[in-house]
Amino acid sequence: MATVEALPLEIVDRIGGAVDQVGAEERAASLSRRSIKKDSKLWALDLAIRCCDLTTLEGSDSPGKVRQLASKAIRPAPGDPSIPHVAALCVYPNLVPTAAEALRGSGVKVASVATGFPSGQMPLELRLEEIERASDAGADEIDIVISRGLFLAGDERSVFDEVASSKKAAGEAHVKAILETGELGSYDRIRRAALVAMAAGADTIKTSTGKVSPASTLPAALVMTEAIRDFEEYGGRAVGLKVAGGIRTAKDAIRYLVIVHETLGDDWLTPDRFRIGASSLLNDLLMQIDFQRNGFYSDPDRYTLD
Amino acid sequence: MAGRWSYSPAPESTEIASVRDTYGLFIGGEFVEPLSGDYLKTINPATEEVLSAIPIAGDQDIDRAVAAARKAFAKWSRLDPSQRAKYLFRIARVIQERSRELAVLESMNGGKPIKESRDVDVPLVAAHFFYHAGWADKLEYAFPGHEAKPLGVAGQVIPWNFPLLMLAWKIAPALATGNTVVLKPAETTPLTALTFAEICLQADLPPGVVNIVTGAGPTGAALVRHPDVDKVAFTGSTEVGKEIQKAIAGTSKKLTLELGGKAANVIFDDAPLDQAVEGIVNGIFFNQGHVCCAGSRLLVQESIATRLIDKLKRRLSTLRLGDPLDKNTDIGAINSRDQLEKIRRLVGIGVEEGAELYQAECDIPERGFWFPPTVFTGVSQSHRIAQEEIFGPVLSVMTFRTPEEAVEKANNTPYGLSAGVWTEKGSRILWMADRLRAGVVWANTFNRFDPGSPFGGYKESGFGREGGRHGLESYVSLEPSR
Repeated sequence: MATVEALPLEIVDRIGGAVDQVGAEERAASLSRRSIKKDSKLWALDLAIRCCDLTTLEGSDSPGKVRQLASKAIRPAPGDPSIPHVAALCVYPNLVPTAAEALRGSGVKVASVATGFPSGQMPLELRLEEIERASDAGADEIDIVISRGLFLAGDERSVFDEVASSKKAAGEAHVKAILETGELGSYDRIRRAALVAMAAGADTIKTSTGKVSPASTLPAALVMTEAIRDFEEYGGRAVGLKVAGGIRTAKDAIRYLVIVHETLGDDWLTPDRFRIGASSLLNDLLMQIDFQRNGFYSDPDRYTLD
Repeated sequence: MAGRWSYSPAPESTEIASVRDTYGLFIGGEFVEPLSGDYLKTINPATEEVLSAIPIAGDQDIDRAVAAARKAFAKWSRLDPSQRAKYLFRIARVIQERSRELAVLESMNGGKPIKESRDVDVPLVAAHFFYHAGWADKLEYAFPGHEAKPLGVAGQVIPWNFPLLMLAWKIAPALATGNTVVLKPAETTPLTALTFAEICLQADLPPGVVNIVTGAGPTGAALVRHPDVDKVAFTGSTEVGKEIQKAIAGTSKKLTLELGGKAANVIFDDAPLDQAVEGIVNGIFFNQGHVCCAGSRLLVQESIATRLIDKLKRRLSTLRLGDPLDKNTDIGAINSRDQLEKIRRLVGIGVEEGAELYQAECDIPERGFWFPPTVFTGVSQSHRIAQEEIFGPVLSVMTFRTPEEAVEKANNTPYGLSAGVWTEKGSRILWMADRLRAGVVWANTFNRFDPGSPFGGYKESGFGREGGRHGLESYVSLEPSR
């Protein structure tokens, strides 16, 4: 991963821009009515698997659970070699060594949440140390949370500095900055937070932790794709998007793909630039692929739980 | 590496819509052969396939239809208003039940994308009947202190851009207020009106309350001139509107005209740009720009002009032109060969006048009538493409520097049907709305319709209002209550 330099915070003001709530929601709703059929659907389902960050972020997670999920991440459908592996397995920092060992050589990345996930309410030094430890333990990707409290209090400078420090602490690891859109209160602020995180050097911006309701929504993702597009125009760097939280069905996943496709274009339809964080989506994707191929639904028990 | 994602065809099935080989005129509650003996062929503009043969009503047919409406008026106008409401509610419900069929027919016969006929046209049609059904027995509250009496027989002539919606705008208020109607749909798009006639039968509407006569210009002219027509309502071109006004001058006929437009869509530098781009697209490319209130003149503040045009061009590249029945189609077919030629001619004039042409790259189907989304930049007020209604997917872009200049330019047109204002500043929206001479001013949106909101024009865009309480007024004579 190439080193990313932070751009000055001033670029956020230069790009600027407002979001009209009614218009953004209308556009997202209209894109969600695209009818994706046949070959184009199979293509999308395959892509959704390749872009999937298979996730487990529970207090009850154990090394055994992570090893099982790692095997699912590598071979989502054990009997079917045409099914690709997912993009990454996303776990808490404690479980990074287990995940790294289980995934070695598979092509599936190890992603770790860090920075006092999900609230981020921890001293900065501890958050940065958590990033370093996760990275040292073998995480290829770090999902950090921005300080929503600072942001809502108007302290964009501190948010910017924190994300920049996190990026530095992550070293070679890919940094995904979680905006937690459900806590930001308006699309204007989602756009603004997205721009601040990108300016500070985030490789990917991510909608939600999945621990706050509402989690990812189509209009929030739309507003973030528009910010990514504008940032590329001004800053010359392509930033990825990750949507996470509440995405359980193939239909939901395809709706996000349509938004990315029609706002950012084909260049973003790759795991390098688009991710879906989900714990239970994968089996529905597999089931829909079988349905497209065979014309009927198979018994849910034909798909392994983890 | 990223791949290319192209959506597979997703056509709406046409099985639900049964089109007969030939239709009759709907007069006195039944389909009858035309006394004229003449028929015209109606086609699918996306394929040029002939769909059906439609009668051309001659003078004698118009006589018959007006007589049937006159006969029905005696009873219908005296019917208990709550009974009139009952019929209108019934019609509204049948429209909802048959909504898919109506949407498919509308797209087959008119060329508009199924997503528009399905999500916009037909739901608004049902809403219009529901809304007016509600007024039927409450007219005393619409006009306090007055008694609202029906006018008699209404002769109504509608255009081809929103065939069923314009029918609803005409028929629903007329019936709610106790009038009977003879309606002529446009020459190129008669099928949904004829299906509406079937719906009237299904709803048990008394014979003669609604009569549908098909044909071309001469049929419409005969209808509006007919001596026993009390009220004329026309939606269409300013040219024909003027002819109608001349033809009925000196008679006691009441008249409302909803005519052309050249709406300004004004974008200020603080506007939410991505949503403004959607508003511009919806303003001029909705229904291939066959919209009288289309935002065909884009007035953009100079400081953001380059950025906005770049965004607009990028957005244009994602518009999907093609089969109107495909659920993913954004831009359908041009309604007729004549209209396509008119658009081509005016676009040619725009190029000659020196405006800069930009057209989205898209594959144009071999058969049918198509025109790609088109944007002219560097347009001057004096260019014909800034003055004349093109009625196609063609946008003329001009810039302004101050709000005063925006108002001056927006109002500098013979028309005055609609306008749009895009800004985050609420006070500026109100300031603009006070000064724009247009019947409808949209703020941070465009081409939004609601049966409760009156619609109509200033200047050469016509007079009278449709929709809302104001729309009812066009179909009644008011006398002080006793």
